Amino acid sequence: MKYNSLKSTQIVFSLILVGLIAITSQPAQAITAQQVTSPGGLNAWFVPDNTNPILTIKFAFRGGAALDPAGKEGLSNVVSGLLDEGAGNIDSQTFQQTLNDLSIGLSFDSGRDEFSGQLTTLTRNQETAFDLLRLALTEPRFDAEPVERIRSQIMVRLKRNLEAPHAIASRTLFKTLYPDHVYGRPSDGTLETVEKLTTEDFREFVKKRLAKDNLIIGVVGDITAEELGIRLDQLFGALPDTAASWTVADVDPVDKGQTIVIERDIPQSSILVAQKGLMRPDPDFYAAFVMNHMFGGGSFTSRLYAEIREKRGLVYSVGTGLYPFDHSALILGSAGTANERAHETLSVLKTEWEKMAADGVTQNELDDAKTFLTGSYPLRFSSSGRIASMLVGMQVANLSVDYMQKRNSFIEAVSLDDINRVAKRILISENLVTVVVGKPDGITSTN
Amino acid sequence: MPLNRSRLAMRALPFIAGFFVALASPLASASVFNPETFMLDNGMQVVVVPNHRVPVVTHMVWYRVGSADEATNESGIAHFLEHLMFKGTKKRKNGEFSEIVARNGGRENAFTSTDFTAYHQTIAVDRLELVMEMEADRMTNLVITPDQVEPERQVVLEERRSRVENEPGSILREHLNATLFMSHPYRNPVIGWKHDIEGLDIDRILAFYKRWYAPNNAILVVAGDITAEKLRPLAEKYYGIIPRQLDTVRQRAKEPPQLAERRVTLRDKRVRQPSWRRIYLAPGLLWGESNHTYPLELLSNIVGSGASSRFYKSLVIEQKIAVAAGVHYSGDNRGPGRFVVYASPRPGVDMETLEAAVLKEIDTLQSDGVSEDELDRAKTRLLSEAIYARDSLSGGARVIGSALATGLTIDDVEKWPDRISAVTRDAVNEAAKAIFNTQQSVTGLLLPEEKS
Repeated sequence: MKYNSLKSTQIVFSLILVGLIAITSQPAQAITAQQVTSPGGLNAWFVPDNTNPILTIKFAFRGGAALDPAGKEGLSNVVSGLLDEGAGNIDSQTFQQTLNDLSIGLSFDSGRDEFSGQLTTLTRNQETAFDLLRLALTEPRFDAEPVERIRSQIMVRLKRNLEAPHAIASRTLFKTLYPDHVYGRPSDGTLETVEKLTTEDFREFVKKRLAKDNLIIGVVGDITAEELGIRLDQLFGALPDTAASWTVADVDPVDKGQTIVIERDIPQSSILVAQKGLMRPDPDFYAAFVMNHMFGGGSFTSRLYAEIREKRGLVYSVGTGLYPFDHSALILGSAGTANERAHETLSVLKTEWEKMAADGVTQNELDDAKTFLTGSYPLRFSSSGRIASMLVGMQVANLSVDYMQKRNSFIEAVSLDDINRVAKRILISENLVTVVVGKPDGITSTN
Repeated sequence: MPLNRSRLAMRALPFIAGFFVALASPLASASVFNPETFMLDNGMQVVVVPNHRVPVVTHMVWYRVGSADEATNESGIAHFLEHLMFKGTKKRKNGEFSEIVARNGGRENAFTSTDFTAYHQTIAVDRLELVMEMEADRMTNLVITPDQVEPERQVVLEERRSRVENEPGSILREHLNATLFMSHPYRNPVIGWKHDIEGLDIDRILAFYKRWYAPNNAILVVAGDITAEKLRPLAEKYYGIIPRQLDTVRQRAKEPPQLAERRVTLRDKRVRQPSWRRIYLAPGLLWGESNHTYPLELLSNIVGSGASSRFYKSLVIEQKIAVAAGVHYSGDNRGPGRFVVYASPRPGVDMETLEAAVLKEIDTLQSDGVSEDELDRAKTRLLSEAIYARDSLSGGARVIGSALATGLTIDDVEKWPDRISAVTRDAVNEAAKAIFNTQQSVTGLLLPEEKS
């Protein structure tokens, strides 16, 4: 389609002008984080906000499911379900009833590299909320009833995941990429390992893994920096000073062009592809981030979206993402398509992979990507929870407290040469590991 | 459940789920979002929900049309049109809308439900005018061609495969809705039946568009760093100039009296964990015995919401029969509501035992009622939700937009806390007596394939 009226040309012109303004004048950053240090020496990154009487505290302990001992896979995950099921002299039901009655949100989550949690409370209930969090972290009870109940719920989820196409694909992919590394294990464990976990294991976990020296904290809400400092000691001061020492080796994924088909009687094939990506400290990380946005990360404007969804109607969702773990990194792509069209989808995907590596992008594409990525950054600050997550994420990635002010300049600094170099460096289609779950026509496993 | 134009590839969209939790237990306290509202001359309502945390706005246009307004044999047309709204207009070529939003640092999407369709962008407030101009343009100037419609039809069919056909639980849900509603169009899935999606042609889609997309059938909601005073001239400039159309009437097939209990069983080899649910036809603010609506919101919170609710305590913790048990209630539809009771058995517990235990809970509830203490606690919980609701940039816009597009009023949203506070124990117990009418229910069982 072409522009064919003067009117449309004028509109387009005015929009380009707006675009130029976006490049030259950065929108003012409305959010500034500060570091708060407690009298006892704990650090938190903090964004004050007294618009509503709400307080959100996010925290993470470095060393996640990757540290679950061999044969005890799923330990972190089970503990994340148990810490809010009774602590100190408060039994599980009273604990849950109090959270519920006072609308206190308390939850824990286990990731590959971190064990994390979040407390959300109305300020009028904060005393109780703080007590419950402190107890949950330092004196969890692990009574028999909640242990068996939560275990059975987790086992139900694991059972469901045995048949969920995307879960099968993801499990198979990681096992293939990391055959001899903890990243290759199912982070939530298996029916066999979860069944065998004991209360002793849970207590060991709390003693060894939740400590001050691997703790990261982000806080948003209606509190002063001074009071927060005191509260940090109240909340986290009773944790041990140091976590048990650990090592996880850095590892390159085994990406040698394998294809694995897991046959399932479903109409739509679930496709995952992956290969080695870049870790966060890599000097090319921002270039890879911008490149990925243009390639498959941007929702309605990426090349994969245009070629695979818009032009050919092959999928509902398609995209790529960067996965920088602490000890390895991936670029991972996904798509879902009818079995009959799986072969075509995969070959367009691989062609685009090659095209991006060979030809790179144009300056115009790069300029558009930058205006999106810089202009949309403030959109992330849309709720207290999201801001608190960013405060923790920044510390996990070892960024500076003024990162939110600097971040757009890192994006701006990426040049066309950087993009085209990094595309060649990481998009190596013949190395892609492909996993397809379904009954894909014309795709077979390699040996 | 509303459908999105796109499930962003690597990102979950938790806000959609949150949104419906928010609606089921709308959000409130003295008043909730304190919106400002005014009407344009052409009949388009405008609502502003202030939130000044960052210089950003969420701009939404809601149409009072959803899948339940579709004619026979055209299920899925509202949702298909929603996808096609991202193609070109008389002014803009295919895809340009999204390119411009992205180039200006904006995020966008759209969704379709049984009762409404909405389009939204979140963007720096100094770019608001830009998205208003483009959204107003596509309200009446959409241009779609067969070479765009055909690939998009395949996209929608893939969406159906991933949401429904690949998921036994979703297949059962479709069957349950089609059985619960004997005549009312809620029996059809929002995404449409496969054969209908395959048969929709461009002329019917455009006729649907022309009939329903008009300023007097739309609501503009802008949330964020903006005031009504600043928005009004822009709303008049971009939306106010669109001519009013003939008013449309949302005529939907009515539901006849329901006199027979129904059961639907899906056996599928993909099922590793069985589950049980019963859906009761329920009144809502706009349908049936609407005086039961607020009492039912409290009832569902008391018996079935969270780990300290009655059903969870009894079935999961004390009797150890279930791994999950709870209740959902939706009373904010334009048509009939649904009161859903669900449970999933612990290993070794058969479905008959599970069902009997759930029904016994319902009996006890009906004979003994809820206590004053349970009611007070539930009220406090629901009212606290209102304060949390104000925290998010777009939450208020979503709640108000969906209420208005469904046929409710801003008062229904803003006075929600007062109405919840005013509910008496007698009213809850009366609602409990009325709601569990087996003749107006369908029971669904999701089971693994029988071993032969």
